[in-house]
Amino acid sequence: MNCFHHLASAPLGLLLAADPNGSGIISLRPVDLAIIAIYFVMVLAIGFYLKRYTKSGEDFFLAGREMTAWVAGLSFLSANLGALELMGWAAAAYQYGILATHWYWVGAIPAMIFLGLVMMPFYYISKTHSVPGYLQLRYGESTRALSAVSFAFMTVLMSGINMYAMALVMKVVLGWNIHFSIWVSSITVAVYVALGGLFSAIFNEVLQFFLIWLGALLIPILGLIETGGWSGLVARIHQNFPQGDYTHLWRTMGSFSDNPMGIHWTGIVLGLGWVISFGYWTTDFLVVQRVIAAKDIRSAKMAPIIGSFFKMAVPFIVILPGLLGLGLLSFKLVPESAVGPGLHSYNEVLPLMLARYCGPGLLGLGITALIAGFMSGMAGNVSAFATVWTYDLYRPFVRKDATDAHYVSMGRWCTILGVLVSIGTAYLVMNFKSIMDYVQALFSFFIAPLFGTVLLGMLFKRVTPKGGFCGLLAGTVSSVGMWALVKADPKMLAVIALSPNAKDMAENMYRALWSWLICVIVTVVVSALTKPKPVEELTGLVYGCTELPSEGDLPLWKRPIFWGVLSAAAFVVLQWIFW
Amino acid sequence: MSEKHHIIPVWFFVGVLLLIYGVLIFASGILEFSTPPTTVLGNVHPAIWWGALLTIIGAIYVHLFRPRKP
Repeated sequence: MNCFHHLASAPLGLLLAADPNGSGIISLRPVDLAIIAIYFVMVLAIGFYLKRYTKSGEDFFLAGREMTAWVAGLSFLSANLGALELMGWAAAAYQYGILATHWYWVGAIPAMIFLGLVMMPFYYISKTHSVPGYLQLRYGESTRALSAVSFAFMTVLMSGINMYAMALVMKVVLGWNIHFSIWVSSITVAVYVALGGLFSAIFNEVLQFFLIWLGALLIPILGLIETGGWSGLVARIHQNFPQGDYTHLWRTMGSFSDNPMGIHWTGIVLGLGWVISFGYWTTDFLVVQRVIAAKDIRSAKMAPIIGSFFKMAVPFIVILPGLLGLGLLSFKLVPESAVGPGLHSYNEVLPLMLARYCGPGLLGLGITALIAGFMSGMAGNVSAFATVWTYDLYRPFVRKDATDAHYVSMGRWCTILGVLVSIGTAYLVMNFKSIMDYVQALFSFFIAPLFGTVLLGMLFKRVTPKGGFCGLLAGTVSSVGMWALVKADPKMLAVIALSPNAKDMAENMYRALWSWLICVIVTVVVSALTKPKPVEELTGLVYGCTELPSEGDLPLWKRPIFWGVLSAAAFVVLQWIFW
Repeated sequence: MSEKHHIIPVWFFVGVLLLIYGVLIFASGILEFSTPPTTVLGNVHPAIWWGALLTIIGAIYVHLFRPRKP
């Protein structure tokens, strides 16, 4: 699902505009097909193996809360590292150059470190099973219901959209039948998640992590050999595109009109780096669920920090192939709207680079990495949906006192139902493509205000249940309002993004920023006028009312704070190198 | 990962998959050694050394995390 990317960018939308009738740009040999088939056999076998270990609700929905920091950390990262992100951001790198890296660095690293060091202790100590579950403990049922309904509804819809998008990618890249791709992948995911629950989802995310790295890593390695290193690549890009700056991160951000994204550094830092990134990485249950499944509080704190180191490296396999396309391809890629006979779109840059360097066998590995990314993303969606539906909607509002076995059974059926609804959505989108834009926008409405609500609730005991609910509602409604305003009158973009030169990307950033501010202001004002919860009810939920467990006599190098600081330092050095 | 359940660690499954893939890719590289694919830098036989790397990583993971009797 990865709403963070959807709300932040256009790549998926561009991808979906691809011509579904085009012939495949890659053809596979028997060894490639064998590699793909082995992956399917493996994930199904893992699902059947794990079924015997998923007896209780905690097993099925929280993977027994026994994941090590490494497993939780890789799974946390992989839940966001889907196939569409790989292809979409490689395309964005071809289109915008190294600016696309902001979504991996400033748009992720500070938030991941903050989640690990500041927010994770509260999620973990409160023993919540989900983010809506935390909201219930902190604010009450109404806030939980608002958050759970929006999350559950949007998760299955986004899963369907991604499913259709991936089937279309398989059609464009390999020439596969769309219905075949949708049904085979969906049934496989439904089977292995229904059998093993979050255990299955996490196991497959870890597998996917290795497949994506080992499947894609050859592109930058061979690409840099071909160009003679980074300086050779930069020289080739300047030779092919002398008019633009594609290799500096911040230098062109002083004005909306100086960079191809049409965005100012304030939008990147405050909109992306603060609100969208923190909103996504710290409150989207899809990613947070992986960390809640950690075996102890130190693992829960370490998991996002471990993830942050790998996240910093992801541009090597995503952004670099896009830049290599700029420097090495003998023809120029075009926007989707300009694709005609013999022309390729930006979105095909990753498959094109894969086909450039990978022969039989290696090509199968690369395609398997894309399929694995897609399937584990879908598994992540349906497992998060099953948890929120069962624990945050079904149990409190439909059937309060059922047995644990009943809820596990509900979770399994929900998984199958979630996949079926996703398939339905995929077919709906196939026939009415404009639905997709609306659904993606809908998802973006909730994330920024939710971050305001969770953050204020965790840090300040004075924030009241009424304040939290009203803030979340006001932030969400204002986000919808701004979006509708720009839809109705595109000139309003200049008002919301503060510049006549602003482009769509800037609108997302500033809309998120304003809706977050509105949420915070309304929460503070309403809280000032209403009665807070007694302090004893906030124990384990709020800073200042919670005794955080000591890390004992751990040596410095085993402490999360040490690795958090190291990750932050590496992040700063990278900004400086590519300034 | 699994003190409570004694589940085979996920790293073992990773190792098995990489080992199988490594052997397949390595074998495919050897088979086309005399007529390498027409891909860019195909003459450096990436399938052979990448296949070998996957095989080694896979074998190490399988060995380290193989199921043992409790």
